[in-house]
Amino acid sequence: MDIHEYQAKELLSGYGVKIADGGLAYSPEDAVQRAREIGGNVWVVKAQIHSGARGKAGGIKVCKTHDEVAAAAEALLGKKLVTHQTGAAGKVCNRLYIEAGTDIAKELYFCLLVDRISERIVMVGSQEGGMEIEELAVSNPDAIKKIYIEPAVGLQDFQAREMAFTLGLDASLINHAVKTIKGCYRALRDLDANMLEINPLVITGNNELIALDAKMGFDENALFRRQKIAELRDKTQEDPRETAAADRGLSYVGLDGDIGCMINGAGLAMATMDMIKLAGGEPANFLDVGGGASAERTEKAFRLVLADANVKAMLVNIFAGINRCDWIAEGVVQAVRKIDMKVPLIVRLSGTNVEEGRKIIEESGLPIITAETLAEAAEKAVAARNQVVANQAGA
Amino acid sequence: MAIFINETTKIIVQGFTGKIGSFHAQDMINYGSNVVGGVTPGKGGQKHLDRPVFNTVKEAVEQAGAEASIIFVPPAFAADSIMEAADAGIKYCVAITDGIPTQDMMTVKNFLRRFPIENRMVLTGPNCAGTISPERSMLGIMPGHIYMRGNVGVVGRSGTLGYEAADQMKRLGIGISTSVGIGGDPINGSSHRDIFEQFEQDDETKVILMIGEIGGPQEVDAGIFAKEYMKKPVIAYIAGLTAPEGRRMGHAGAIISSAGESAAEKVAMLKDLGVTICPTPAAMGETVAKVLARLK
Repeated sequence: MDIHEYQAKELLSGYGVKIADGGLAYSPEDAVQRAREIGGNVWVVKAQIHSGARGKAGGIKVCKTHDEVAAAAEALLGKKLVTHQTGAAGKVCNRLYIEAGTDIAKELYFCLLVDRISERIVMVGSQEGGMEIEELAVSNPDAIKKIYIEPAVGLQDFQAREMAFTLGLDASLINHAVKTIKGCYRALRDLDANMLEINPLVITGNNELIALDAKMGFDENALFRRQKIAELRDKTQEDPRETAAADRGLSYVGLDGDIGCMINGAGLAMATMDMIKLAGGEPANFLDVGGGASAERTEKAFRLVLADANVKAMLVNIFAGINRCDWIAEGVVQAVRKIDMKVPLIVRLSGTNVEEGRKIIEESGLPIITAETLAEAAEKAVAARNQVVANQAGA
Repeated sequence: MAIFINETTKIIVQGFTGKIGSFHAQDMINYGSNVVGGVTPGKGGQKHLDRPVFNTVKEAVEQAGAEASIIFVPPAFAADSIMEAADAGIKYCVAITDGIPTQDMMTVKNFLRRFPIENRMVLTGPNCAGTISPERSMLGIMPGHIYMRGNVGVVGRSGTLGYEAADQMKRLGIGISTSVGIGGDPINGSSHRDIFEQFEQDDETKVILMIGEIGGPQEVDAGIFAKEYMKKPVIAYIAGLTAPEGRRMGHAGAIISSAGESAAEKVAMLKDLGVTICPTPAAMGETVAKVLARLK
């Protein structure tokens, strides 16, 4: 789960990380009020969306007067920002963070993350902060320092010092840098974050170390013990279909194709989508209904898939392990009877009680296309979709 | 021989008396697995499913000779249960639990590394369907009847995709020595490569089928190991050719992750390493059949 910059900054400042003065705004009037409270004569109006690279997308505006602050706020609120991290759909900006302008002498890069390869927390830093860090990782990997932290003993002072010196900090800043780095590490551990990025970490003209931006990502599996973090969720930053699915306990990812899918298990779901593609079609979604596909769950999944207006055919592929094909078949038949289905449905069942399951579908009298193997299911789904498209073109 | 488990392996169930633990313990017993008891703290001394319940894993090892364990404990307590099993001298542990916090798994792996390798428990999972040596022993939640005994070692992340592979092979009369689910979590007990090492030393296993997915370097690492150290042929399918690129925030992931995590990149690298690739997920069975035919 991701959170906004202003939320991450608030958390980190509680761990001794220095940030510039700032405040949250929901309207241009709010924004001007915040600028007044902060004082000074330069402010930065920052779009709060769950993405990096906001600067390039026009989401960060430096203002010299209150009128400029109001105008920047007016322009950004309600606007959809597209970055390479949001995908083409972009993300809507509903909140602004108004911050005091910072006199930047140097921009650095710093992050901490849980690394699945070393199974440790790794600390990453570079003297080359700012927006081009990903390119740098490819073009000059030596410019990026990685320090691995032993889980049993945690981050040690010497490691934080090594990072501070690697970042090229002046001796007068080392103690403060160690405090900042250790604060970040404690935040990551205490709050079950899996990612914490400060880009840029800035040395100011007054020789201070400030987190000018902050991003944090959290382990969803740990939210049960981090209630305060769970409350920071901003659903407006998530795909509404995915949010609706998550609220129903289903795992859904919307895609651009037109063959709707309902499958049990993430691996089988990916394999089925691959099979659709190989058969010449494009999946409309990824949907894992999980192990216990009850009739109620099946109906919810059907409604979710069919809510996508692009869907021209729907494929169900269930390999029954713990559950049984006859139960799933009953669920499917019930769902189809309840929902007014306008697109062809292809069902492939496999595993426990497969014969009974197929019988239920055949005897239902519903226009359900059945398939025995994965390949057959994908081919029939693509053929049915093509038929729908041909009929629409003819009509 | 099969790997990890056979008909004599003494199994305990952690989270034995819970609803899920009971259901699957009964299913394993019905399959023929040698379940010698279970652990539920506070219920020691009782009987459940006609078998003893112990308060601690240590008691189960001392009194029932437990060698392997399977974990159905809820996510908040699962890491603790895994470490308890390792500390008590369990040799092989399957963690079924889905949703264990990543930092808990980091602690578990760190704890396991404290043991000298000869005394170190092997963990597979979490978030997996378990392990089965068909017609001998099942330590998992899979439908046992779709697995046929034979000479193919199977390792994969996904449960249902593993079922699909077993089913395709059974239709062609091809059996499995052992099928191991390593689970879908970012930090897991054993990698594909770890399981390859076991299969290479197992007399019964003639070829290995790896069912991989997008993300992480594990499949390619296993391929490199196979090329350098293994004689047995390896077949692979990598799911996710059509999967959308992960949406993420910040640059941190892109900096740390190595190249070659997409399905297409993995397939190309594995081919270069001499691994036979299943062209489609529907062709896992026939690809294995072709490789087996070449061995004869």
